Amino acid sequence: MASVGKILRRTFLIGSAAIVGGVAFGAYYVSRPAANPLKPGEGQAALNPFVLIDQNGVTLFAPRAEMGQGVKTTWAALIAEELDVGLDQITVLHGPAAAAYYNSAMLGEGLPNKGYDISDFQHNLGEALGVLGKALHLQVTGGSTSMKDGFERMRQAGASARETLKRAAALRLGVEPSELGTASGHVIAPNGDKFAYSDLAVDAAGLEPVEVPLRDPSKWRYLGQTQPRLDMVEKVTGTAEFGVDVRLPGMKFAAVRMNPKLGGAMHGYDDSTAQSMPGVEKIVDLGTGVAVIANNTWLANQAVEAIDVDWGDAPYPPETDGIFAKIAEAFDDSANSTMRDVGDVSVTPDGATEITAEYQVPYLAHATMEPMNATALYTGDALELWCGNQAPTLIRFRAANTANLDTEAVQIHTTYLGGGFGRRGELDFSEIATKVAMAMPGTPVQTTWSREEDMRHDYYRPGAIARMRGAVQDGKAVLVDGKVAAQSCTQQAVTRYTGMPGAGPDKVLVEGFFNQPYAVPNYRMSGHIAKLDVPVGFWRSVGNSHNGFFHETFMDEMAHAAGHDPLEFRLELMKSEHAPSAGCLEAVREMSGWTGQTPDGFGRGVAFTYSFGTPVAQVIEVVDEGGTIRINKAWIACDMGLALDPENVKAQMFGGMMYGLSAACYGEITFAEGEVEQYNFPDYDAIRMHSAPQVEVRVLETNRHMGGAGEPGTPPSMPALGNALFDLTGERARKLPLNQQFDLLI
Amino acid sequence: MATTLKINGNQHQVDLPDDVPLLWVLRDEVGLTGTKFGCGVAACGACTVHIDGEAVRSCQVSLSDVWGDVITIEGIGTPDTMATIQQAWVDHQVAQCGYCQSGQIMQAAALLAENPAPSDADIDEAMQGNLCRCGTYPRIRAAIHDAAGKLKEA
Repeated sequence: MASVGKILRRTFLIGSAAIVGGVAFGAYYVSRPAANPLKPGEGQAALNPFVLIDQNGVTLFAPRAEMGQGVKTTWAALIAEELDVGLDQITVLHGPAAAAYYNSAMLGEGLPNKGYDISDFQHNLGEALGVLGKALHLQVTGGSTSMKDGFERMRQAGASARETLKRAAALRLGVEPSELGTASGHVIAPNGDKFAYSDLAVDAAGLEPVEVPLRDPSKWRYLGQTQPRLDMVEKVTGTAEFGVDVRLPGMKFAAVRMNPKLGGAMHGYDDSTAQSMPGVEKIVDLGTGVAVIANNTWLANQAVEAIDVDWGDAPYPPETDGIFAKIAEAFDDSANSTMRDVGDVSVTPDGATEITAEYQVPYLAHATMEPMNATALYTGDALELWCGNQAPTLIRFRAANTANLDTEAVQIHTTYLGGGFGRRGELDFSEIATKVAMAMPGTPVQTTWSREEDMRHDYYRPGAIARMRGAVQDGKAVLVDGKVAAQSCTQQAVTRYTGMPGAGPDKVLVEGFFNQPYAVPNYRMSGHIAKLDVPVGFWRSVGNSHNGFFHETFMDEMAHAAGHDPLEFRLELMKSEHAPSAGCLEAVREMSGWTGQTPDGFGRGVAFTYSFGTPVAQVIEVVDEGGTIRINKAWIACDMGLALDPENVKAQMFGGMMYGLSAACYGEITFAEGEVEQYNFPDYDAIRMHSAPQVEVRVLETNRHMGGAGEPGTPPSMPALGNALFDLTGERARKLPLNQQFDLLI
Repeated sequence: MATTLKINGNQHQVDLPDDVPLLWVLRDEVGLTGTKFGCGVAACGACTVHIDGEAVRSCQVSLSDVWGDVITIEGIGTPDTMATIQQAWVDHQVAQCGYCQSGQIMQAAALLAENPAPSDADIDEAMQGNLCRCGTYPRIRAAIHDAAGKLKEA
């Protein structure tokens, strides 16, 4: 493990601070299994942390939260594939917060490779690194890792359960397990007699779990096939329970106002008006904000708005211009990382044409449809917390600290998430709800943020600037020298989660920038960290969300400077470097009937980003309708390596694209007097039914490793749209959002 | 003074101030949580319900202004007896996070009641007030067309 430790210290991802001095400890930790968090009751056998079989049948404790990505259904399919039960025979619950549900894929993403060039050795190293997730108790839904993470472990869980149940039946019948079969939730005896798993559960509990090889993919019945989503009926009948839908006996409703000058102090407040407003039961001083507990959320919100608060200043420049001036200053400091540096970028090759460009993208809010909320019941010696979240173990730890309880005294119930996009990996909404509930012991209190509170108290996608220099010769790129500057959301998050300063090279800042599969002979990509205290966090596709725009807009500019078709220009640089990536470009060329020519009034743009192990190419078509520009069509091709549920992958791809297009067209968080200027959807609009393009998605499976699905659709959408607008208007989009430069349909 | 509302065919006595929006009466008082809070300013459509058959944003209708019978997502079908439009949503696997879909379905149901064969332009017009941050629009459109066809056959 020494080499792993060295790599981790050198390269760093989430939790490097928590790892300091902890690698040997981690190695010790990972050599034994984490405690089983499911404590079986009488008549139940918990065969491993994922599957529980009892008289009611088979229950899967999905360690990842369902935030729309379909994880619930696909994880059930992974179990069912080996356990021999129908998907409709499995009840899926979200597992309790527990170390046994560590995310093994997320740490693997921290390796110092570009991803697409991963060797089998490095892939194995990635898997070995994954076990460190266990030592860090990293139960996180994010990083497009759910399927990569669950693929082996869930099938292993199903296979082990099946063989252990067979052994139980074999002992009962006095036969060898090899004489038994399994089907539809039963062990089948040689004479055809059937024994339900539920009847064998208690016997199986007394046996050591059996480990067996996994079935060959050629035998799969569920995986690789599209399955009806297990959450669909609930979600179309209003019966799915989101965090905000939790209802408990005697429950009260709270609203909150935190300092809009983010991170500033609260000097005092006057709540004399609020005290006597209808429905108000209690006003709570949160230290850096106030909350009102009432008998109705709306009444609570009316009252909290009526409190006159004296807010302290924010610890960052109060205006947007000052913030971006600080970001630009980061270019003057030495680079935090240079993860790609080949050839020599210091001189422009003789006879080559040099081009330069500067790009800028704004801070962005997540704007999940369900505003932040959590429900808490504090009883003095225990705390129960209900919320949609992406990180229950971290929330449990934070809530325990807040309530001054042992973590064992805190129980987390994870509901459906009304959108996550990275926002629900944060701990603030749980901490606030805990503090509010502590003001009313014994009474469950649901704290719901207004949309305005949610929009103005986010951990924003950082604003970023890129400075690009490149050179083209004979129709090809011969040099790319790029620098990106932004706040480090990784370092800030490490500090926020662990209390320890994050440090070291930040791969997330430069993902989508340094690791793109183009064979350019002189190629250097550096990241510069801006020292600013604007709260920033993980926004769907994270660093790729700005770097995709920077890299792919610049590729387009270089193609035009080279006098070459932008799709062919990319393809020629890619073919020798990574065939699956080139295959995606070839696919969108065919799907869209790309000719490089567009009729008057139409524009088309192409872009490509390799992220989270998945190459994605997109072509976007815009149309000028009497001076207003509408996004007409989109074509997407991705290579998943292995698509466990193809239709769900398609949904994630076009959904990721729409999320990116919303940001590209309209998304911008700005600051005045230290406060966010956007309050609600009218100030922060998104793609809607009439402005969404028709879309066609093709899912390829040639890549050597399984890629993520939830995020890779987002990054290429923004440059593809910008490049299409250039094709239509001749104006280059170098700054987002695009509605400031173009007359887009709203 | 208690106000009487008829919701999904049942009478409810509600003892809340007159200016509390219907949304918060449904969610926090009556316990019908299928209708969602998204923005509070009629900009996202997540809270859409029917009053006398008309699709309205329940965050903008005060308790004292509710002028007729209220139907919510729970009132048009249940998991065991889904309405045609809900079945179309399942057939097209529309929902991702699912939070906005109650409002989308209520808006679409009102559209189909008024216009049994909506064109794409009609759908654009009727549905543009309903936001979906997961971007499920292509499947919503397909499900509306499909439901229109099924309702015509019925």
